[in-house]
Amino acid sequence: MSEVAQTPDAPVKSALLDSQKQQTVGEYVSGALRGIRSGDIGSLPIVLGLIVIAIIFQSLNQNFLTPRNLVNIVIQMAGIAVIAYGMVFVLLLGEIDLSAGYVSAIGGVATAIMLRDSLTNPALAWMDWWNVIPIALLVTAAIGALHGFLITTFQLPSFIVTLAGLLAWNGVVLLIIGDGGTVNIQNPVVRNLASDVLSPEMTWLVVIVFIVLMTVLEFTTASARQKAGLRAKPMSIIIAQTVIMAVAGAFIAYLFNINRALNETATPQAGMPVIAVLMLIFLLVLAFIAERTRFGRYVYAVGGNKEAARRAGIRVERIRVLVFMISGLMAGMGGIILASRLKSVATDAGGGNLLLYVIAAAVIGGTSLFGGRGKVVSAVLGALVVASVENGMGLLNVSSGIKFIVTGLVLLAAVVIDALSRRQQQASGRR
Amino acid sequence: MGDIYKGSPLLETKGVSKSFGAVQALTRVDFNVYPGEVVALVGDNGAGKSTLIKGIAGIYGFDEGEVTFDSRRVNIHSPRDAAALGIEVVYQDLALADNLDVVSNMFLGREWTSGVTPGNESNGGAPGGIVKLMRNLLPLTEIEMEKRAVATLNDLAVTTLRSVRLPVASLSGGQRQSVAIAKAVLWNSRLVILDEPTAALGVAQTRQVLNLVRRLADKGLGVVVISHNLHDIFEVADRIAVLRLGHMVKTFRRSETDQKEVVHAITAGQIGVVPGMAS
Repeated sequence: MSEVAQTPDAPVKSALLDSQKQQTVGEYVSGALRGIRSGDIGSLPIVLGLIVIAIIFQSLNQNFLTPRNLVNIVIQMAGIAVIAYGMVFVLLLGEIDLSAGYVSAIGGVATAIMLRDSLTNPALAWMDWWNVIPIALLVTAAIGALHGFLITTFQLPSFIVTLAGLLAWNGVVLLIIGDGGTVNIQNPVVRNLASDVLSPEMTWLVVIVFIVLMTVLEFTTASARQKAGLRAKPMSIIIAQTVIMAVAGAFIAYLFNINRALNETATPQAGMPVIAVLMLIFLLVLAFIAERTRFGRYVYAVGGNKEAARRAGIRVERIRVLVFMISGLMAGMGGIILASRLKSVATDAGGGNLLLYVIAAAVIGGTSLFGGRGKVVSAVLGALVVASVENGMGLLNVSSGIKFIVTGLVLLAAVVIDALSRRQQQASGRR
Repeated sequence: MGDIYKGSPLLETKGVSKSFGAVQALTRVDFNVYPGEVVALVGDNGAGKSTLIKGIAGIYGFDEGEVTFDSRRVNIHSPRDAAALGIEVVYQDLALADNLDVVSNMFLGREWTSGVTPGNESNGGAPGGIVKLMRNLLPLTEIEMEKRAVATLNDLAVTTLRSVRLPVASLSGGQRQSVAIAKAVLWNSRLVILDEPTAALGVAQTRQVLNLVRRLADKGLGVVVISHNLHDIFEVADRIAVLRLGHMVKTFRRSETDQKEVVHAITAGQIGVVPGMAS
């Protein structure tokens, strides 16, 4: 701010009106660079991190970057990413959901049990994947709503309520599965959810539709803003972005379409996993809700300043309950994906380090643990990191002790980078 | 200056009282604001300033007495009722979400969505449950909101803001106050109540905010300013209403009084001089 503008007698020179002038490409780029220097780094560290991870594991084991293994990573990350979508919403509120792991197990168990009983019990013969999955999701969403209800009604810390949930739902899973130990999934649709692939043609179609959709969105937004006299992203930047996205998309489609069969004589395996499309659809829907709707705006507002949200007439408690419901819903979906990957549900479902991987994915992706900051897409990027590290160490055959240590260090690094960027932002007055 | 008092007051309280248990916070207070004037509400701590404005803003009801707005008797039971009348309060802590940008903060809780034409949006009427729920999932019309935010800020000559897409956390104290005030006038409000708008601001920023307060009144709004800073009050207010222990002691015209007289009214003569001022 110039001192001149603050004295009342000086000619009115509005920085605000200046700010609406259209930028040249050079100004736009230098503005973006200035943003990065002042700590507004976005997903830059995670992209660099992924490159580092790829280089390290590829140099230790050449199978890491093969198309076959990349598809494995996608399948490994899917369950984590989908559960982490819900976790991002919870973290945006500045809360946490420790029950997500075992609630996901409930989703998987409910699906497996209902599908199993539909085969043996004639009264349940109407059950099939298309009604069993919604019922299971309804159950897990209701569990999330219950957590939210307890947290808001009795004003309890979400940490404690969901910690109780972690224990209790683990118990429920054990009781349902019983002594049998494992419930196998026979239903072909659910069985193949995590392993089916699109045909190479469909793979191209999905990639092209996605790129066209994104580009049309960017173009219409920019031209509408320009027409309204507001500062818009320069067209040449959008074109450059589109070209980069198209090249990257084409490369990804090409990778997916390489024959992954282990030898020449085996049936060819190629195409994008269906689960990747599912992950993408959930991402688009949830990112839209978070960033383009009132509900999403209210989630950020409650996470940023609960009192301000309340005074603005936002029903804070309702938003909190709904967010825990979303967390339960996405946990259920993730649980079904994880069950499909194993083609069965066992007593250890939802346990191990699933919950920590989910929270790590959201945080590594750049979602703050303190609320109000983060994006849904961070769940995908973070899950990709977590799954890559796990997968890479699996290829190297390291002990699970080492695995845990390395994953812990990756999480620590992510949090440190987040803290450093926040400090840089504070220092440069952005936050 | 005299002609603004020719019509009827925009807001008038007649004999309002409020007690909290055994504590009588307000006793039969008469208070009024005319359109186009700045009224300063002063008094020592516990004099009842906050109680009075919270009653007007609908945070809680008065025990007795009546409130008229536009010469009509009104019952303000909630902040929503107050907002529907065009009464907006800017609290001392501003109630801004630091992580959201200027536009998001100005529209917080009343965002425009596609299908809801700007202008027919009133925060008083409550549409049916399911309709409202669906509206929370419609796309926001960011461009319309940004245009309106820029227009409002320019109208108030908030000139130092670099962009309306910056997070509020990155703004200076004066800019934050300006955003909070612009938020209050965005909704065709008619009475704006400001709680300690210049506390914690530097010299240049205080000036910036006082100019803004004056401009609100010049646009025909009624403005109530609560402040402890007599210097600021004498700069911006047309009238000065003094509360003491829940009673309205006296209302001065600024042109007809001085700081010493006001201090005397606030303290009931216990302090004869303005602190820090050579007598």
